[in-house]
Amino acid sequence: MSQENMSNDNVESPTEDPTDDDMLLETDVTSGLEEGTQGSRTTHERTIVEAKDVNVWYNQDQALRDITMQVPENKVTAMIGPSGCGKSTFLRCINRMNDMIDAARVEGELYLGEKNVYDDDVDPVALRRRVGMVFQKPNPFPKSIYDNVAYGLNIQDIGGDHDAIVEESLKRAALWDEVKDQLDESGLDLSGGQQQRLCIARAIAPDPEVILMDEPASALDPVATSKIEDLIDELAEDYTVIIVTHNMQQAARISDKTAVFLTGGELVEFGDTKKIFENPDNERVEDYITGKFG
Amino acid sequence: MSTDDLTEDLTRNTANAPPELLTRSFFFLCAVLSIFTTLAIIALLVTEAAKFFSVTAPLMGIEGETASVVEFLTGTEWIIGEGKFGVLALVTSTVMVTLGSAIIALPLGVATAIYLSEYADPQVRSLLKPALEILAGVPTVVYGFFALIYITPALRTVFPSIGTFNLLSASIVVGIMIIPMVASISEDAMSAVPDDLRQAGYGMGATKFEVSTGIVVPAALSGILSSFILALSRAIGETMAVTVAAGAQAKFHNPFNPAAYLDGGSPMTATMVNLLTGDITGGGLAYRSLFAIGLTLFVITFAMNVISELVAQRYREEY
Ligand SMILES: Nc1ncnc2c1ncn2[C@@H]1O[C@H](COP(=O)(O)OP(=O)(O)O)[C@@H](O)[C@H]1O
Ligand SMILES: [Mg+2]
Repeated sequence: MSQENMSNDNVESPTEDPTDDDMLLETDVTSGLEEGTQGSRTTHERTIVEAKDVNVWYNQDQALRDITMQVPENKVTAMIGPSGCGKSTFLRCINRMNDMIDAARVEGELYLGEKNVYDDDVDPVALRRRVGMVFQKPNPFPKSIYDNVAYGLNIQDIGGDHDAIVEESLKRAALWDEVKDQLDESGLDLSGGQQQRLCIARAIAPDPEVILMDEPASALDPVATSKIEDLIDELAEDYTVIIVTHNMQQAARISDKTAVFLTGGELVEFGDTKKIFENPDNERVEDYITGKFG
Repeated sequence: MSTDDLTEDLTRNTANAPPELLTRSFFFLCAVLSIFTTLAIIALLVTEAAKFFSVTAPLMGIEGETASVVEFLTGTEWIIGEGKFGVLALVTSTVMVTLGSAIIALPLGVATAIYLSEYADPQVRSLLKPALEILAGVPTVVYGFFALIYITPALRTVFPSIGTFNLLSASIVVGIMIIPMVASISEDAMSAVPDDLRQAGYGMGATKFEVSTGIVVPAALSGILSSFILALSRAIGETMAVTVAAGAQAKFHNPFNPAAYLDGGSPMTATMVNLLTGDITGGGLAYRSLFAIGLTLFVITFAMNVISELVAQRYREEY
C-alpha cells in the first residue's frame, strides 16, 4: 500500500508533464552551465525528502537533535560534518535502516514525497525498495556481476528485459565498458572502485526515488574517487542523491545543497553549496569550513 | 654500548638455544607419534585384510580358507556360516542409514542454523547453541536404545509390519544425532558472513527471509557443505546406535526402495561389532573379514574427506 502511495505522489505526477520537464532540461542545461549558475538541472525545486524535528537516540545518548530540512528532488545534497556528528544516523533514518539497530529510537516526522515514513502503515521493506543505498565500504554480494545488478529486480519481481536494465544500470554507473565481457564473473573479483560502482549500479537498477550514499568514496584511491564523483553528477539528472562525506572539497565539487552537521547532532546550516562554502551565515560553520574547527 | 657488545648481541643464536631446541624436539616427537600411530593402524588394516583375500593371502603366508575379491565386492549375500562374504549386503544398509539420516538432518540442520544465526535474539542463541552441543555429547548407544524403545514402537503405529530392528528407525535416530553437527558448523559459517552483506540486502529492500536464504546461505555455502560431508561421514561411521537399532541380519536392499527401510539390515559398522562380540576364533576367515570390512569403510570415509577438501576449495568463502 505504502509503495503505491509513494509512487502515486512522486513518480506519476512528474510524468503528467514529462515533455515540459524534458524540454526544459534539454535547453536549460547547457545555457545554465555557461552562465555558471547553481541548480541548473531543473528550473524549479520540488522537495522529495523532508525532515521535521527528527531526533534520534542510541539508548540514552542523543545522536540527532531537532533536524529539520528539505531535500530537493533531482539534486545532489551533501551532508558534511566532523566524525560522530550523526550524518550516517540521519541517512539511515531516511530508509529506516535504524529500525534494525535495537538501541536506536527515532522521533519526529520524515517525509518521502507526501508520506511520513515513520507512519505505522509504512513497511520499511517497501520503503527501502524506493530508496537505494550505497555504503562506505563496497559490499557487492558474492554473486556474479549480473546477479548483483539484477538483485533488486529479482526480489521486487520487476518484470521487463532484465538484460537491458542491467546493461543500462551498468552504463549509468560508468562500469559497463569495463565489465561487459565478464558479467558472469564474481563481483568480488573487481577492484575496490569498480566494486563501488557495481554497488551503485545495483542501487539504481530498480529505479529508486532517492539514492543515499554514505561516504561512498572514502575507501577508494583518488582516481576511483574522481570517477565516482563524475558519476554522482550524472546521476543527479535522474535521481535525488543524498551523500554523506567528510571531505569538504568533495562536497563543494559535487553538491547543489550542503547540510553542515556539527558535534552533538545538530544541523547548523543548510543551503546552497556555493553559499555554505563562500559565505556561511553561521560562525561555527565558517570555522569548520576554513579548518579552524575546534 | 660498545660495538663489540652490539656485534655479540646481534649474532646470538637464539634459534638453537637449549630451551628452543628442547621444545622443538618435543613438538616434533608428538607430531611423529600421532602420524606414526595412524599409519600403523592403516598398515594393520591393509595387512590383515590382505590375509582375507585369495589374491593376496599367499603373499602373507596364509594357507587355508580365503575369499575372492570379486565376490567380496560384488556379492550380495553375507552369510558367514556358508562362507558368503558379499560386502554389498552391508554397504547397502550403510548407504540407507546415511541417505535416510541425511534427508532428515541436512534440511533440519540448516534450518536450525538459519534460525540461530539470523532470527534468534542473542539471549535465545546463547541458550540454544550450548544445548545443541550437549545434544552432540550424548553417548550414541543411548540414541540406539531411544530408537529401539521409542522410535520403532511409534513407527509401528503407522507401519504395522515394521520389524523390531529396522533401517528406518536407525536412519531417524542417526539423523537426530547429526543435526547438531550440521546446525552448529553451518551456524558458525553463517555467523562469519560479514554484516555488510546483510546491510546491502536490507538496503535493497530485501526481507529477512530473502537476506537469510538468498545472501547469507550462499555466502556461507562452503561451510554448510563441509558440515554436510562431516555429518555424512559421521553417519557412515556411526556404530552403536545402528547396531542397536538396525539389527544384525545382513541383507541386501535397494537403497532407493522406500519399503526396504521397514526391514532390518546390518550396516558395515554393526556387522563388525557383531563379529567381534560373537564367538569367532582369532585367525579364522570370519575374523579376517572384519579387517576387509574395516578397510572398505576406511576407503569410503577417506574418499569423503578428500571430497570435503575439494568442496572447501571449490566453494571457498570469498566475501
Ligand atoms: N549502532 C549504534 N549504536 C550506538 N551508538 C551509535 C550507533 N551508531 C552510531 N552511534 C553513535 O551516534 C553518534 C553519531 O554516529 P554517526 O551517525 O555514525 O556519525 P557520523 O556518520 O557523522 O560519523 C556517534 O556518537 C556514535 O557513537
Ligand atoms: Mg558515518
